[in-house]
Amino acid sequence: MMKLFRFRGGVHPEGHKEATTHKSIQVMPMPKRLYVPVQQHIGAPAEPEVSVGDKVLKGQLLAHSQGAVSAPIHAPTSGTVVEIGEYPAPHPSGLAVRTVVIETDGEDKWIDNPVVPLDPSKLSPDEVAVRVGAAGVVGMGGATFPSAIKLKLGKRNKIETLLMNGGECEPYLTCDDRLMQERAADIVEGTRIILRAIQAERAHLVVEDNKPDAIAALQKACGPSADITVVVVPSRYPMGSEKHMIQAVTGKEVPAGGLGADVGVLVHNMGTAYAVCQAVKHGRPLISRVVTVGGGALSEPQNVEVPIGARLSDVVEFCGGLTEDAARVIMGGPMMGQVMPHLDVPVVKGTSGIIALTQAEVNNRETMPCIRCGSCVNACPCGLLPLQMAAQARAGNLDNVVDLGLLDCVACGCCSYVCPSHIPLVQYFNYAKGELTARQQAKHKNQENKRLIEQKNERLERARIEREEAAARRKAEAEAKKRAAALEKAQKEAEKQAEQSA
Amino acid sequence: MLAAIISLTILSLVLGFALGYASRLFKVETNPVVEEIAALMPGSNCGQCGFPGCNPAAEAIANGQAAVTCCPPGGRMLAEDIASLLGVSVDFSNMEEKEPMFAAIDENNCIGCAKCIKHCPTDAIVGATKQIHVVIRDACTGCEACIDACPTECLQMHPFEVTLKTWRWHKPEPGQLAA
Repeated sequence: MMKLFRFRGGVHPEGHKEATTHKSIQVMPMPKRLYVPVQQHIGAPAEPEVSVGDKVLKGQLLAHSQGAVSAPIHAPTSGTVVEIGEYPAPHPSGLAVRTVVIETDGEDKWIDNPVVPLDPSKLSPDEVAVRVGAAGVVGMGGATFPSAIKLKLGKRNKIETLLMNGGECEPYLTCDDRLMQERAADIVEGTRIILRAIQAERAHLVVEDNKPDAIAALQKACGPSADITVVVVPSRYPMGSEKHMIQAVTGKEVPAGGLGADVGVLVHNMGTAYAVCQAVKHGRPLISRVVTVGGGALSEPQNVEVPIGARLSDVVEFCGGLTEDAARVIMGGPMMGQVMPHLDVPVVKGTSGIIALTQAEVNNRETMPCIRCGSCVNACPCGLLPLQMAAQARAGNLDNVVDLGLLDCVACGCCSYVCPSHIPLVQYFNYAKGELTARQQAKHKNQENKRLIEQKNERLERARIEREEAAARRKAEAEAKKRAAALEKAQKEAEKQAEQSA
Repeated sequence: MLAAIISLTILSLVLGFALGYASRLFKVETNPVVEEIAALMPGSNCGQCGFPGCNPAAEAIANGQAAVTCCPPGGRMLAEDIASLLGVSVDFSNMEEKEPMFAAIDENNCIGCAKCIKHCPTDAIVGATKQIHVVIRDACTGCEACIDACPTECLQMHPFEVTLKTWRWHKPEPGQLAA
């Protein structure tokens, strides 16, 4: 048994996982239309390669990645591209995102030669990273950071330990749990591929102790191998946070503003390991994912393998539809997930759950004044003072909020969860972070403007000097002409005189 | 002729040196704070503050004749920066937070007169005589200097559209329902 460590704070929300943890993953029938956004990851949006009217096959490249941080998008099934336009994004604002709309033909026909399946043990680390990048694999835990970049990051920094994140500490969610139970062999295979790509010595499959079936399945899949071991950690939210998992397993604290790689640890999600295995071993791009469809307002909660681009309404309908008292639909878990404006938004690569909550589960209460009880301070897993940060954010003193450690906040929601006055603390921090970004952008724009103004003044000055020089040149030319004429005249006169005298 | 040239040259040289010397001798020390404030200001000399340009406005702020919140394009951020520079507290209660705007040309009404181009401090308007002009949105500071120059009123200010990149969480309202 490995020695484990503790991180401070955290909460124990009710799990609500029993409804789905024992039901096997269902494959959803293909909806009539898929709405595939070109931006499903952190970084630059992908650029569409197809045009309206094109027939596409399953696994065909729809949009290629552009820029250093980006990921390509592939067709989740065969069909026809009927539109490339703006459709609502799975985002609380409901704003539009560029989307490729595919009318499915029901044949679900794979592209002839996606990428040749290969023996992963014969690939070099670079080849693995290239394949993972080309398959559009991103972090499946919800952060959606392109995985290939993280693999290359491992090459630059010396990584000793790879942690596979099977914490799944959010209530209701069981998609990783089911994936571990049903596809443990592929997860272990994927882990081995990542291990080779980053050239680390060992990997730990970290699972919370409330998932005994998943632990058993992983242990069986690992076998007696020495490089990959299953580590069971206590169930405590936010165990699934990268920094906290590193601390719980290795005892090392990631420095403020740093990455796990700074302490020699890299964390990937279990779902990512599965996707990496699919991409490298079977040559299959990331075109579907397992999503927990749950919550009290859902008739038949279960885990569903959903094609990317299926709308929430299609998925919910497959699970029996919403009950009458549905009050709110969340994408992701209830602690960190985002409230969806409506159900006409698509499932994307980072969608781990679709949680429909009833009025009772939402538990709306009016915000009361802060009584300075300090519950949020005890709960904060990052060692911050949420009450002070929120007070400063409310007063608009952004610099003070940053000094109090705003940028170390992981927005886990523990403080809001325990607040007896129901103060929306995380919203204050999100507001402050947004405001901070807006200010940085404004500052940047201001500098750009100054540069443009200086350049205009320089241009005007240059034009003035040029004008003056041109005038001087014209004047000099005119004078030279005059002088030449005078000289000619004098010469002629001299000749005349000479003639006369002769 | 020669005498006139020589006398005028001598005169101008003497007077020039005298003036140059006087400007050194009687140099007015500008307040270094004014320069620091001017460095923070947008520098587009748009005149929305009521002063003839950014430098006079900076001077007025330094002398206490104008509020630190007087610059609409600078907004709250500039006011805070100036306030921290001067070490004063700011009253934001009567400051109107102006939404960032950009100028755009209605191409149907543009006659290609090129009058607006001269007025733009950042050269954000591209065009030539008898060609339809266009405003480069990223370079527009929203100073409105071009608006009055247009004889056909085809230049209008528009607010920036909110996109997924610029969308921000709003501040929680006091007394709102919390989940």
